[in-house]
Order: sequence, then C-alpha cells, then structure tokens
Amino acid sequence: MITYSAPDTRGRYGPYGGQFVPETLMHALTELDAAYKESQQDPSFQEEVRYYLENYVGRENPLYFAERLTKHYGKAKIYLKREDLNHTGAHKINNTVGQALLAKRMGKKKVVAETGAGQHGVATATVSALFGLECTIFMGKEDIRRQQLNVFRMELLGAKVVEVTQGSGTLKDAVNEALRYWVTHVEDTHYIMGSVLGPHPFPQIVRDYQSVIGQETRRQSLTQFDQLPTHVIACIGGGSNAMGMFYPFIQDETVKLIGVEAAGHGVASGKHAASLTGGKVGVLHGAMMHLLQDEAGQIQEAHSISAGLDYPGIGPEHSYLHDLGRVEYTSVTDEEALTALQLLAQTEGIIPALESAHALAHLETLLSETTPEDHVVICLSGRGDKDVHTIREALSQKEDV
Amino acid sequence: MSRLTTAITSRVENGETAFIPYIMAGDGGLSALKEQLLFLQNAGATAVELGIPFSDPVADGPVIQQAGLRSLSHGTTLREVLEEVERLQQDVTIPIVIMTYLNPVLQLGLEEFAGLAFKAQVAGVIIPDMPLEESDLLRDVLQPVSIDLIQLVSLTSPAERVRRIAEASEGFVYAVTVNGITGTRQTLPEVTFDHLRELKQVSPVPVMAGFGVSTPEHVTQLGEVVDGVIVGSFVVDAFANGHEETILPLLDAAKAVTTRV
Repeated sequence: MITYSAPDTRGRYGPYGGQFVPETLMHALTELDAAYKESQQDPSFQEEVRYYLENYVGRENPLYFAERLTKHYGKAKIYLKREDLNHTGAHKINNTVGQALLAKRMGKKKVVAETGAGQHGVATATVSALFGLECTIFMGKEDIRRQQLNVFRMELLGAKVVEVTQGSGTLKDAVNEALRYWVTHVEDTHYIMGSVLGPHPFPQIVRDYQSVIGQETRRQSLTQFDQLPTHVIACIGGGSNAMGMFYPFIQDETVKLIGVEAAGHGVASGKHAASLTGGKVGVLHGAMMHLLQDEAGQIQEAHSISAGLDYPGIGPEHSYLHDLGRVEYTSVTDEEALTALQLLAQTEGIIPALESAHALAHLETLLSETTPEDHVVICLSGRGDKDVHTIREALSQKEDV
Repeated sequence: MSRLTTAITSRVENGETAFIPYIMAGDGGLSALKEQLLFLQNAGATAVELGIPFSDPVADGPVIQQAGLRSLSHGTTLREVLEEVERLQQDVTIPIVIMTYLNPVLQLGLEEFAGLAFKAQVAGVIIPDMPLEESDLLRDVLQPVSIDLIQLVSLTSPAERVRRIAEASEGFVYAVTVNGITGTRQTLPEVTFDHLRELKQVSPVPVMAGFGVSTPEHVTQLGEVVDGVIVGSFVVDAFANGHEETILPLLDAAKAVTTRV
C-alpha cells in the first residue's frame, strides 16, 4: 500500500501549493486553517454536514451500471457516479454546503465566490439562501454574456452578481476580483473557493468536502461488484470533482486513476485548457501549480467548449499526483467530448454536462485495453441542461462544415 | 547598511519624510522610462519603486491594473526592464526597487533574475504575492548579491506577526495602511496611525507606509509617525495623464521638516 499524507503543514503538495497571497490575506488564511481543523474534530459539525448532504443535496447518489453503453463498447463494465443527480445538478454543491456551514461556524455573515460558467456561483447562491448568508458572486463580463440564465438563477436565489470587466473578463479575472474583494472585507466575509485551487487551506478543504464522491463510490463498488474499480476517470478544469473522486482511492494501488483535461481545438493548436499536458509550473491565485502562460510568465487564456474546464491552471495536488505518477493525465478535444455526449444521451438517456463528457470521451481510448472483467467508473460530475444551447450551436456548426 | 536604509534614514535625519513614488515600467513604452525616472529623481524622490506588469495583479486596484495592461500591450517583460535599468545607471542614481508578482520571476529563473538585478544595481525587490512564509525562495538568491528583499506588513495582522515580518524585512518594511488593495483614498483611518506607531516601535528597519497616499496632508500626517511614504496609484495616474507636476506638492510636503510624535 502507498502511504499518502499531503499536504504538509505549510500546505505543500511536494513542491506545489503553498500560500502565495498578499500579506493582507495571511491572517485570514491562518484563521481559516485553524477553524477548519477544529471543525474536522467536531462530530456534531460533521453530522450537520452529513445531514444536509443527505436531506438537501440528495446523497448518496447512485453508482449506476451503464448497461447499454457497456454493450456498445463490448469491453469493461462501465459505471457512472451520478453527481448530476445532486440538487443544482452537479458536484459543486458538496463543497458549498461544507464551506457555508464552516463560514457560519466561524461567525461570518457574508460569503464571496467566483464563477466561470456559473455552476459554482449557483451552488454558492443556493447554500447562501439556505443558511441566510449574504452572497456576492464575481463573474467575468464574457461569461455573463455567455451564461445569462445562470446569472438570472443566482439573482433569483438572492445573490448579488458583480460583473468583472478587468483583464479578459473571464474566470481567472473573476478570481482576481473576488480575492481583491475578500482582502477588503475579510473580517465578516468567507471566500467560498469553488475548486481545489487557491492558497492553502482551500485546495485541502475543497478536496475533503468533495471526497464524499470517492467514499461513496468505493463503498458502492464493494457492494455492487465485490471489488474496487479497475479504472476511475474524471474530468479536470481546476480539478475538484476529480480530486474528490480520486482521493479515497489514492492508497489503493490496483485502481488506475485517470484525469482528463480539456484539449479544446487540440493541445498543438494553442487553444486549449490542458494545463498539465500543455502548461508550465508557476504561481497564480495563491498556489504553485501547472499553468498556461507565455515565456515571460504572463497567464494565458484557456479555451474549451466547456466553460467549467476553462481555467488556465490545475489544482496543486493534481500537479503533485502527476509527478508521483499516481494519476495519469490525458486530454480530449471539444469534438471528442461532443461525440461522447451524444453517445451517452442516445444509449442511456442521460445528457451529461460538457465537462463530464470529457471524462466519457476517454473511454474510446481506454476501453481497448480492458476486458469484460474490468470495472470502469466515470465521475458524471454534472448534468447537461445548462449546456443545451452550446451543444446545439456546436452541432449545427459541425453539420455546416 | 543597505543603500535603501541609508537613503531613507538620511532624509529622516534631516527632519524630512522619505518619499518613494511607484511607476509602472513600460506604461507609455519602455523608452519613456528614462524621462520618468529622471523627473522623479530631480523632483527629490528618495528612491523609485518600479512596477513590472503582470496579467493577474491581485494586490492592485484599478489604476495600476490599467497601467499594467497598457504596459503589457507594449510587450514589456521583466528581462527588458532590468536591462533598461542597467543602461540608465549613469543617469539614475537614486535606488531602484523592483516590484513584481512572483510568476514573471519564476519564468525568468530565480538565478537569472538575481543576476540581471545585480547588473542593473537594483537596490531592493518587493513581491506582493510572496508572504514571509514563502520568501526563502527568493532571499536565497538575492542575499549573495546584496539586494534587499522587502516584506509587506499588514497592520491588521496580530502584533507578533507584525514584529516577525519587520525583523525579517531588509532595506525597509512596507506597511499596508488600509485593509486592502492599492488605490487613492480620501482619509486615512485613525486606527491606522496607532498601528503604525506600534510597528515603528518594534521595527529594526525604516517603516514606509503605502497603499492609499494621495494628498500632501496624507504625506504630512504619515511623516509624523513613520519614516516615509510610498505613493502608487496617484503617481501612475499623473504620468498617464501627462500631469506629472501634480506630484510635486506631495514631494514638497515630504521635504518640509516635520516633528515626529
């Protein structure tokens, strides 16, 4: 068995992670770290989180045997971890429930968050309504234009959505602006980071709250097919559903863990979001990790059909697991993801999120090396309702060509 | 004693307030840098903080963000700025402090950065996204070439942390006077002055107050408590709008003899 204990006390995953933030945030991070550790030792807090995950989010969700998809490939048995069935339609809420309860425990009355496609923003607005927290969401100008309905959903839930016009007006700029806001409101405000990103302890907190995905999958596998899966696949933008899925399996050497990044138009095209496959180590948003950047260290724009994978970095723990060789990282293009999405829709009657379709697309490559005795689990991180418009546009463009 | 500490204390010993303006390198093109530095030197600046543009400047307010984007549109890089500063050594004799986010330094290479900064006779380096806990990374390459690594201190941090940072800082310690990011402000809160007095008492290096200084009154008030002021957004704005002369009243306030309390 492998022993794995990252992060260390300084929030490092090997050389990655850390706390590369303005001094004005250091005290808040120290406080958060202490409050989080304390909450982990408190059974009544753990019970409270569990209560809301069960009764509000709707956990546990199924580990579903995709029989027709399995027949289609005729290789390994394919199982889907149905995070798409959670309240609000994706895994994001596992983390926001935990962090909102943590914010309350710390006596903070307000929360701030960034959002790209709007999924994390909606999940944050949702729990803010649930727990009576004042909620401010920063969202890039470009993303607001592309995701009008999610903006409306957040507002309907009582959140204030602030348009970010700085920089390129996308997710990374929304993170910058949310961090700036946090710096000036740190006494009464908690920052609900949406992925396994940012300064320590955020990557750890988000991983831990998302680990419910992997814990359930592990238990359900043993119940349903008397063994652990042979392969576990998850898509990666910042990497929160993947980290939550992989973490409980890290010490199980027999389980192959595979993270799928978004290759956009192809890694060689330069228009992609594959930070590990096509990026270099650097520091952004408080952590050392793999980043898309130019030679002078300026951060570059990510490109993916899936707005949720459209981030120029990858969580520091993924960078570390990559170096350790414990997780295999690969990437699939927009087109491959679209094809996989259509296949799942037509074989299983499930429209996955474009993000999750990236994990599904890797089956094409992976299955050829498997046998019917293997069990492959895919983290179906979210449902595709939010993407229907984008999918329709992309498919009609494809037909035109 | 470090060049920066000497420059600051010599002003303070004359009863003046040290004054360090911030400018964004490459705002208006790198060819404008010489003229900008000479203007500030002739106007009596104690040193100059020279900002390097970064795509994601989380510690900066809108004015410096915009200046950074303008500079990036000219293609400004850290290497080119250091090479230009090296060429200007004959004319620019006041100490230069480089202010850059960490990532451009990492991509240039830590050793390479230290080497180029040494050749350019850079006096100090400020990295706003590198708190004390992460600072060994850079201190290890800057110490051999005697370049000061200046730490920022947030006045709202616990007293013990404030003291630890002041003790680790070289050249001077950079006090953040409001709870937040860079930008101009109308008034400075009273509690700020209490915090600054406490910091001044424990700091072995001069204390420079920054973030939000934009009027001669600010300069005078702060000069009564600490060794000097750093003025960023106001100066950047003045240069961008071609009104450099509006900086002069602040410098006059710094040069006026103050009674320290």
